[in-house]
This record gives sequence, structure tokens and C-alpha cells, in this order.
Amino acid sequence: MSAAAKKAIETGKIWTFPGGIHPPERKELSNHSPIGQLALAATYVVPIKQHTGAPGEICVAVDERVLRGQPLTQSTTGQGLPVHAPTSGTVTAIGPGRIAHPSGMADIVIRIRADGEDESVPQQGLTDYTQVSRAELLDSIRLAGIAGLGGAGFPTAQKLALQRPIDYLIINGVECEPYISADDRLMREHAESIIDGAEILLHLAGCNKGLVAIEDNKPEAIAAMQDVLQQHPHFSLRVVPTKYPSGGEKQLIQLLTGRQVPSRGLPIDIGLIMQNVGTAYAVSRAIRHGEALTERVVTVTGEAVAKPGNYWVRIGTPVAHVLQQTGFQAQDNEQRIIMGGPMMGFTLPDVDVPIVKISNCLLVPSTTELAPAQQEMPCIRCGACSDVCPAELLPQQLQWLAKAKDHEGLEKQNLFDCIECGACAYVCPSEIPLVHYYRKAKAEIRNIAREKAKAEIARERFEARNERLEREKEQRLERHRKAAEARKKAQQEQVKSGGDNPQDAVQAAIARAKARKAAQQKAADEQASSNDEDNA
Amino acid sequence: MTFKLAASPHSHQRRTTKQVMRWVYLALVPGLLTIIYFFGWGVIWQLMLAVITAWVAEALCMKLRGRPIESAWHDHTALVTAILLGISIPGFAPWWIIVIGTAFSIIIVKHVYGGVGMNIFNPAMAGYVVLLISFPVQMTSWPLPVQLSQIDLSFFDSAVLIFTGYTPSGYDLEQLRMGADGMTMATPLDSLRTALNHEMTIDEALQQPIFGSIAGLGWQWVNAAFLLGGLVLLKVRVINWHIPVGMLLGLAVPAALAWMFSPDQSVSPVMHLFSGATMLGAFFIATDPVTAATSNRGRLYFGLLIGFLVFAIRTWGGYPDAVAFAVLLANMTVPVIDKYTQPVAYGHGEKS
Repeated sequence: MSAAAKKAIETGKIWTFPGGIHPPERKELSNHSPIGQLALAATYVVPIKQHTGAPGEICVAVDERVLRGQPLTQSTTGQGLPVHAPTSGTVTAIGPGRIAHPSGMADIVIRIRADGEDESVPQQGLTDYTQVSRAELLDSIRLAGIAGLGGAGFPTAQKLALQRPIDYLIINGVECEPYISADDRLMREHAESIIDGAEILLHLAGCNKGLVAIEDNKPEAIAAMQDVLQQHPHFSLRVVPTKYPSGGEKQLIQLLTGRQVPSRGLPIDIGLIMQNVGTAYAVSRAIRHGEALTERVVTVTGEAVAKPGNYWVRIGTPVAHVLQQTGFQAQDNEQRIIMGGPMMGFTLPDVDVPIVKISNCLLVPSTTELAPAQQEMPCIRCGACSDVCPAELLPQQLQWLAKAKDHEGLEKQNLFDCIECGACAYVCPSEIPLVHYYRKAKAEIRNIAREKAKAEIARERFEARNERLEREKEQRLERHRKAAEARKKAQQEQVKSGGDNPQDAVQAAIARAKARKAAQQKAADEQASSNDEDNA
Repeated sequence: MTFKLAASPHSHQRRTTKQVMRWVYLALVPGLLTIIYFFGWGVIWQLMLAVITAWVAEALCMKLRGRPIESAWHDHTALVTAILLGISIPGFAPWWIIVIGTAFSIIIVKHVYGGVGMNIFNPAMAGYVVLLISFPVQMTSWPLPVQLSQIDLSFFDSAVLIFTGYTPSGYDLEQLRMGADGMTMATPLDSLRTALNHEMTIDEALQQPIFGSIAGLGWQWVNAAFLLGGLVLLKVRVINWHIPVGMLLGLAVPAALAWMFSPDQSVSPVMHLFSGATMLGAFFIATDPVTAATSNRGRLYFGLLIGFLVFAIRTWGGYPDAVAFAVLLANMTVPVIDKYTQPVAYGHGEKS
């Protein structure tokens, strides 16, 4: 980053990003009460993969007793992220189970029957993390199972391990999605720990400037954080105007620095790294207290719950337990259970799926507050979607192309720069589920690319095999040719040296055989003539 | 228990296509009232005929295409097409003019191309051009402003005229269009063209009573009323500024240049802006999103092109007004405009 660019950032300027929308925020439904605790559930379901990347290997067995914070998986490569037992109890089953995923797909889960003791593994924290090597600190964060809690679920240590120059660490407390107030409450109640975690992250990032961003609709959180930040000169607070999706990584970077992350690139490509406030908090807990990530703040909200608010929920808690504890009452058969917010969340087919590391909200709306989608009408090309697209795409063009399966056209229109924020579908007067079409098209294109890559590999293998066979055949022929030559040569040498020519032996044998045949013929002839005489 | 599945986002802004269309025709009301005030009741009958024809044609097409009929009426797009065409044609034109025009707009221009959102040409304007070319006499027989006319027509007299060709007292349309001197009077733009063809200067031409203080008696106020309605549409964000501003600039800038260099042969930019179908075209016709360019930058160019074409056709072409032709010509250029005005997506610019 150039000096001029840094100077502009230092002035505290807030840039802007194109598009964006102002949906009803509805945060007051859940942000008034302090973060509550839920009673322990009877069983927990811990999916072994809750982050972006490969899962670890399971290191517990059925019927084994586990303690809270005990790793259930471990990584042999030192890259994967472990998951931990959310409470003490017994492993009852390991196998496929439904997980929280838009497709409702199944993955390997570990089921634990809680024993109610809630006994933890012994924990050991660090008072001075600067005395510990960088690698060791990163390993502690990895072993605590920390992945980005803002929604992406990218392993935090892995993000920090990239040894590249970083100008700014951005701590994201924007929380722009309507209804959700988990980060808001966390900042109000645990500002100290969040900033402590942010200092650790800053130390690991190897830079000395941090920006803490909060949307201006959270005055209490801003006050709490500001209070703590006074003792932390490396950090400065940036209050951004309320507009969805200002909390999106790319949009927030544009707001705070006026720069754009290159297409298909990472923030680190322009010297930036971003972490969510919840992640910073988890890092502080992991380093200071040696706590593994076994719980997170979840906003439970919507008019269909009696006690909306924020709760500390153990990772692996079945959604059913959370809803039962908060007084959920299904309104009608149009009832939706949304994991995440109203803009980017996905509906759950049933409530047996567990809360995972990236689950920041459970939204159970009544049909009056969030009316179900109406029937899709034809696009009238009104362009309302392009006016609100923060990525400056042309959503309606993408929609036509996606429906026509014009994959080349979609790539030309930069489909893969779509962040799926849903602003376009929110304003669409024809209620076209635009994001749904984009996701489908992206999946199709990825599948085709994968198939193509597979076919390419198969083709390469096939060609390599053909080549090898050809080569072997030639080698064989060559060998035979050489052997024949060698034989011939040996014969000639034998002849030269006056020894028996093997060819002579063959000739002799043929001559012998001929003589024998002639003798037999002769005998037979004689026999025949004597017989004739007898008959006569 | 299983729960309902739905694709995100789960929150929607409640403005449907129907509401968008409703704003469009509500914003037309001031212009409509002005037309009635200056040109009589004919326009109301034309609108009624247009709407009925549009509904029948729409229902017929949906039936033939095997689609639910109700859904087509729901979005009100056919209604807006009918209203725009009904406003665009001369108020006392015979009834079959508007019926043929509307039926053509809905059946050929809209449904043959695939229905709502799929048509390439602006349905109302394509219908208008078909009528103008096929029935030039009826389509250029504009009524005189009521204030200049010798004969007063009641609401029902207008209907009789439209359906039979004669008023109850036996006048035909030609007689209605005569001024006090017994000469048939043309529209301001028509008169200007005739005057210029007769080697008169603009100043001389403007002496005729048909011209009001600004740009033609009646017409200037009709344009002002459509401008007002258009500003309402901008305010409620049913349309963006790019097309109207583009079109008005595209018309006014060349007009101003021409006027500066040869004031005797050129129409003033103000006159251009407030006569004919300028304001109706800029805010209600060219802004039809289906047939306009896609991006905002593209829409600005699209508007500029229409404005310039209006100027060119009015100045050098064979027809007195030009909005319909200009819009159709610009419709054809939309794919090209779209190709060259695709906005730079996030992360593709130099800012990264």
C-alpha cells in the first residue's frame, strides 16, 4: 500500500460502496437483554467438519467418555482444524448425520450423550503471549479449533500463517444483516476480551495498525469498544453508516480503505486481513485461558419465539433444544426455521441439525413479519437489481444468462464476483429468486470445470499409458533384434574359429531324417510287391 | 415436524411490478387532465377503447400460449401500453384506429416476442408507428385546442364523433379542425414544418394563433404536466434520471446549437422541449425498462440517442414529430449499447 493511500486511511475517512439496501433491521427484538445461558441438552451432535478445508481424523471411539474441550478429531498434517466435545459425556455414535447446510446434506457426526457433569479438560492459559514463538501461538489457535465465526469458517490460524506484508488488521463488528445482534451484545459485554484477542491477532499479523469497524446503529457497542480502545493506541475505531451489506468483507474493505480486493484474490493481496469480533474473542479465550472453541453466541429471534435474545450455545447443540429452551411455537405450516439472517441465511428442513461454529443466528419468523416469497413473475428489466448490487454486476443479465445456461456469458458478466448478498432479490418487483439462480449456475459451472479437470487427467493418463505401451513394445522389439544379432554374430564367430556350425548339425539332422524316410518307403514298397505276388 | 424450505433472501421489499405500473399510470394523470382541458373528451374514449382492446388481446394471447390469464392482468403492463398508446393518438380518431393499434402492440409486438419482458420494441410506440404509416390522415388529424375551436363537444358528442365520424350536429372531423378563418389548423410542430417549407422564418411562423406563449397553445401545458408526472416517478424511484435527462439533453443541446447559428430556420430548444410528445416520451415512453439499455450508463446513452434522433427527425425528416421513430431506432441499438457499457465489477477496476 502506498504512503498516500495509508495517509488517506489514517484520516479516518469512510469511503462508500455502490448499491446496498436498507431492509428493516429488527435488531431491537433480540439486543435488549444480556447474553443468556441455556440449560445443557441431553445429547449433542458434533459434525467433524465445520470449517473451510479438510476435516481431521476422529480420535475418540464409541462408548468412550469425553470431557468438555477434549478434541474429537485431530489432524496428522498439522493443517486441519479439530472439533471438541461441547460437554462431558459418552460418545454414543459416530456416523453420517444431517448437518446444517443449505442442501440438507449429511456428513460424519459424533453424537455425545451428556452426563450433566459438564466436566472440562484441564486448561492452561498464557499470561504473556509475546514470550511464545509465533508458530506455537498459531498452533494454539489451531488446536483450539478456531475458524472465522463471522460466517465463512476459514481457519483463523491458516489465514494468519501466510507470511506476507500486512498494513492493517480489520476487526469486523459491523453485523449488517438484519435481526442478528450476536456481535452487538458480545461487544457490549466483552469489549475487553475482544480487543485483547485483536491485539494477539495484530501481533501475529506482524503489523501495528488495526481498524475496528462498527455500524452506526449500535451506539452501545460503539461506546463500550471506544472505552476499551483508549488503552490500545494501535487500534482506531471506524463507525460506518448502516447499509446492507457493509459488513461483507469486500464491502467493508472498500468502506475503510477505498480499495477493492482484486477479483478472485484475497484481502491479503492488498495488505489487509480481516477478522470478526467473535473470532477475536475466541482467540483471547484460547490464548489466555487455554479454552477450546466449544460455544458461541447465537441470536435466537423472530416472532415465533417467546424469549428472543442472544445465548451462549454449545457447538453441537441440536437446533430443537435451542428452540425449545427459548419458547418456540410453530405458527403455521408456512413456518420457516432460518439458520443465519433473513438476507443470507438458509432454511432448515428439520430441527435435528446442530449449531456449528459459523451459526450466528436462528431466525424463526412469523409469516406476517417475513412474508413467504410470492410466485416468480417475468423480469421486466427494470434494473432495480443493478442499482443495489454492491459488486456492480448486472443481476438481471446474469439471470437471463443463468436461465439460458450460457456459462461463457455468465463468466463474462463476472458471475463469480457475486457475493450472494441477496440485495438484488430483495428489491426485485417480480420476486425472482435471483441468488438461487446464481448459486445453481455457479454449482453447474464448478461441476463442469471439475468434470473437465477429471477428463483432462483421464486423458493424460490414457495418453501416458499408450506412450508407455508403445515404448515397451519398441524396447521389446529392440531387445529381440539385439538378441538375434548377437546370436548371428556368435554363429559366425564359431564358423570362423573352425568349430561346428550349428547350421551344419541342423542340415545333418534333416539329411538323417530324409534317409530314414527313404528307407521306410523302400521297405514298404518291397512289402507291397511281395503281397501282389501272393495274390497272383 | 418438517418446515418450509425457501431460497434466501427471506426478506423482500414489497414493491411488485403491479405497484410499479400503478405509479406509472398515476403519474400520467396530470398530463391526462391537461389534455382533456385543452383538447376535449376524446382522449378518455380512446383510453377506454385501448384498455378494453388490450385486455381482450392479452387474454387471447395468454389463452393461445396456454398460460394462466389472470397472471397477465396482474402485472398491469398491458394496461400501461394501452394508456400510452391511447394518449399518443389524436383524440377524435375513428375507433378502429386505436383498436388496431392496441391489438398490434399487444399481440405482435409483445406476445409474439414472448410476452412481458421479452419484447425488443416498445409496444406502444411500435403500435403508434404502424398506425402512423398505415393511416396517415387519421393519425395526423389532431384536434384544435378547445379554446380555438369553433365547436364545443360534450363527452357524449365526442363518443359519437369517434364511433360514427360525425358529431350529433353533423360536423365531421375536418370541420372541427377549422379555425375562425375557416382554415384547417395543424399542430404547432406541423405548422412550423409547413411554414419552414414555405420559406417563412420561425418568427413569422410563430405569429399563428396555434402558438402559445412558449411552445404552442395547449401543447406546452400538456408537456409541463407530463414533466410534473415524470418528476413524481423520479421522486418515488420508479424510474432513474438517466433516460429522461439523456433524452432531454440529446434534444436540447443540438437544438440550442442550431438555434444559435441560424435562429431564423431553427426551432428554439424550449419549443422543442415543450412541444409534441417530448415530455411524455422522455419520462413515460423511453423509460420502458424492457426495451431500454440495462446499465445506468447505457441508459444515459440510450436517452441521448433518442433525444438526438428526435431532433434530427423533427429538423430534417419527413414527419413533424419523431418520438416514436426515435424510440424504436434506439431500441434496436440496445444490445450494442449494453455490450459497451457493462459496468466494471468489484475487483476488476484499477482501484484494486
